Amino acid sequence: MNNSFIAKNPSVLWFLLGLSLFTVLVSILSEAAGTALISTSFLKTLGKTLCLCLVAIAMDVVWGYCGILSLGHFAFFGIGGYAIGMWLMYDRTKDIVVTSLENNILPPTPDEITTAIGSQIFGVVGSSEFPVIWAFSHSLTLQLLAVVLVPGLLALVFGWLAFRSRVTGVYLSILTQAMTLALSLYFFQNDTGLRGNNGLSGLQNIPGLDDVSQATLSLWFFWASAFALGSGYLLFVWMTSGKFGSVIRAIRDNEARVRFLGYHVESYKLFIFTVTAMVAGVAGALYYPQAGIINPAEIAPIASIYLAVWVAIGGRGRLYGAVIGAAVVSLMSSWFTGGGAPDINLGIYVINWTDWWLVLLGLTFVAVTLFFPKGIGGLFDLLARKGKQS
Amino acid sequence: MSALLEVSGVSVSFDGFKAINNLSIQVAEPELRAIIGPNGAGKTTFMDIVTGKTKPDEGYVIWGEKSVSLLGMSESQIAQAGIGRKFQKPTVFEAQTVRENITLALKNPRKPLDLLLNRAALDTEERVRAISDEIGLSDALDQTSGALSHGQKQWLEIGMLLAQDPRLLLVDEPAAGMSAVEREKTTDILVHAAKTRAVIVVEHDMDFVRRLNCKVTVLHQGSVLAEGSLDHVTKNKDVVDVYLGR
Ligand SMILES: Nc1ncnc2c1ncn2[C@@H]1O[C@H](COP(=O)(O)OP(=O)(O)OP(=O)(O)O)[C@@H](O)[C@H]1O
Ligand SMILES: [Mg+2]
Repeated sequence: MNNSFIAKNPSVLWFLLGLSLFTVLVSILSEAAGTALISTSFLKTLGKTLCLCLVAIAMDVVWGYCGILSLGHFAFFGIGGYAIGMWLMYDRTKDIVVTSLENNILPPTPDEITTAIGSQIFGVVGSSEFPVIWAFSHSLTLQLLAVVLVPGLLALVFGWLAFRSRVTGVYLSILTQAMTLALSLYFFQNDTGLRGNNGLSGLQNIPGLDDVSQATLSLWFFWASAFALGSGYLLFVWMTSGKFGSVIRAIRDNEARVRFLGYHVESYKLFIFTVTAMVAGVAGALYYPQAGIINPAEIAPIASIYLAVWVAIGGRGRLYGAVIGAAVVSLMSSWFTGGGAPDINLGIYVINWTDWWLVLLGLTFVAVTLFFPKGIGGLFDLLARKGKQS
Repeated sequence: MSALLEVSGVSVSFDGFKAINNLSIQVAEPELRAIIGPNGAGKTTFMDIVTGKTKPDEGYVIWGEKSVSLLGMSESQIAQAGIGRKFQKPTVFEAQTVRENITLALKNPRKPLDLLLNRAALDTEERVRAISDEIGLSDALDQTSGALSHGQKQWLEIGMLLAQDPRLLLVDEPAAGMSAVEREKTTDILVHAAKTRAVIVVEHDMDFVRRLNCKVTVLHQGSVLAEGSLDHVTKNKDVVDVYLGR
């Protein structure tokens, strides 16, 4: 079966080959395992980029293949980050508290320890009580489950409500955006118990791995991200090829007709919406330990809009297009906004890229939508056609 | 010969305009039935009601030997119950190949997990071949269906209908845009299909209807004006006035 799967989807082989080569190359150039030509902070950027590519292919499946322009998938990504962040923060703070209380004459009671952890974590929002939402934060296993289950359940309930009322097109996009907005406002509130606009921080420190340098940790996370991207790619190629893929593309193009063929369209949409939300959660859980910090602004609707822009620029309806779009645009974005691009002095006006990057991105998006609907990925079609001619 | 489909006393109005007015039609299995009538008579709306696209304001639609009501069922449930439909404007999935289009329609399990785990019948390839032979698209199997001619798209949609293997076929203006030879072949397919199932054909072309050689129902302003053999209805004065005489 595997042979024919690869034979039918030659891009899989090329993609996995490219990803492996890239991973090996970066490892060789990294501080921890090689020549240190790539700084640890840049290594983290690359690792984060792989996670963004993963959420981008999820977005491509839900939008490019199934036709649901979700403006909520970056919220699922953020929820995955929060879910793992809670364990990271709890466990790490616990280590610190226990060490600092060790010197007390009387050994601290469990209650004292909990209060001390609570005031460490929730001091910024003027509290030391553990909110209910942190009930499982002591357990890595449970929080890892939350990484996939919380986005999954949220997508399932939301999708069920939206799809069964046959909300489609622009209205559905607005609805998903409303969900995202509500979520980010919820995360912003201090009462929610997720430290309000402070978010969670110190996530780059992995409990129990204090002896391991950041250089090494970053490399591990980079590997994990590469592995997750490769697996996600395989999963989605499998889902979008074959008859299942044929049905979801048919739904994208004419869902009413698919119903008259006897398919329960809502189940298919719900399935796709939920599975991609879960993958987005996993991507977020790998991203935020590399970023070190997460706050509710990451969940705001604008992030999900960017996600759609990446996929559109990369070329929707083909997974490697989404990867290219996410990688190119997010790396360029951090280059431009991070002051990497030199200002352009026009004499009367200085173009400062930190301000003008978004304008450039917006114009690019408009141009791609109008003139190159296939995005960067469309270039491969041209190459393939040239290859056939010569 | 009991009724497979029984539509009785059905009415539908759009913004106060009665598109279907107390309509009653019965179809047996097997049977070939032609429905004719002027533009706007409600022929397509009748199919919309049977397939669950439009819910009637009044009346009932009864299906099969167990006499289940189709009114409470969704489009996909009705399709799975055995009603297939070809649209007036050919609607195939243009971005996909002819093979993919036929495979989508083939009678197979239709739940998401069935498809992911590839729980399809083993003879898929043969069934696709057989159908593509019948509709004359064997050489175009791997072609994108958007690239087909108008007539070929009509064929493909008829092929998809056959692939569904329904008990009742609703065929809306199958001959539109077809050459004389193609029309003849379409007639053959429909007559053949009607040997084992119920087929309802909506068509404007009188020669086409004559070749079907079956019972004809004339619709006008949303209700039945006349019913019987083609010769019988064409002699009916009302029919001549509203339809043929123009
Ligand atoms: N969704 C709708 N909303 C409003 N009016 C409608 C709708 N669907 C159909 N109608 C009206 O109902 C009437 C019957 O339309 P229908 O399409 O059933 O006619 P038809 O017999 O199929 O005609 P034709 O031969 O032109 O295909 C027409 O006057 C049409 O304008
Ligand atoms: Mg019509």
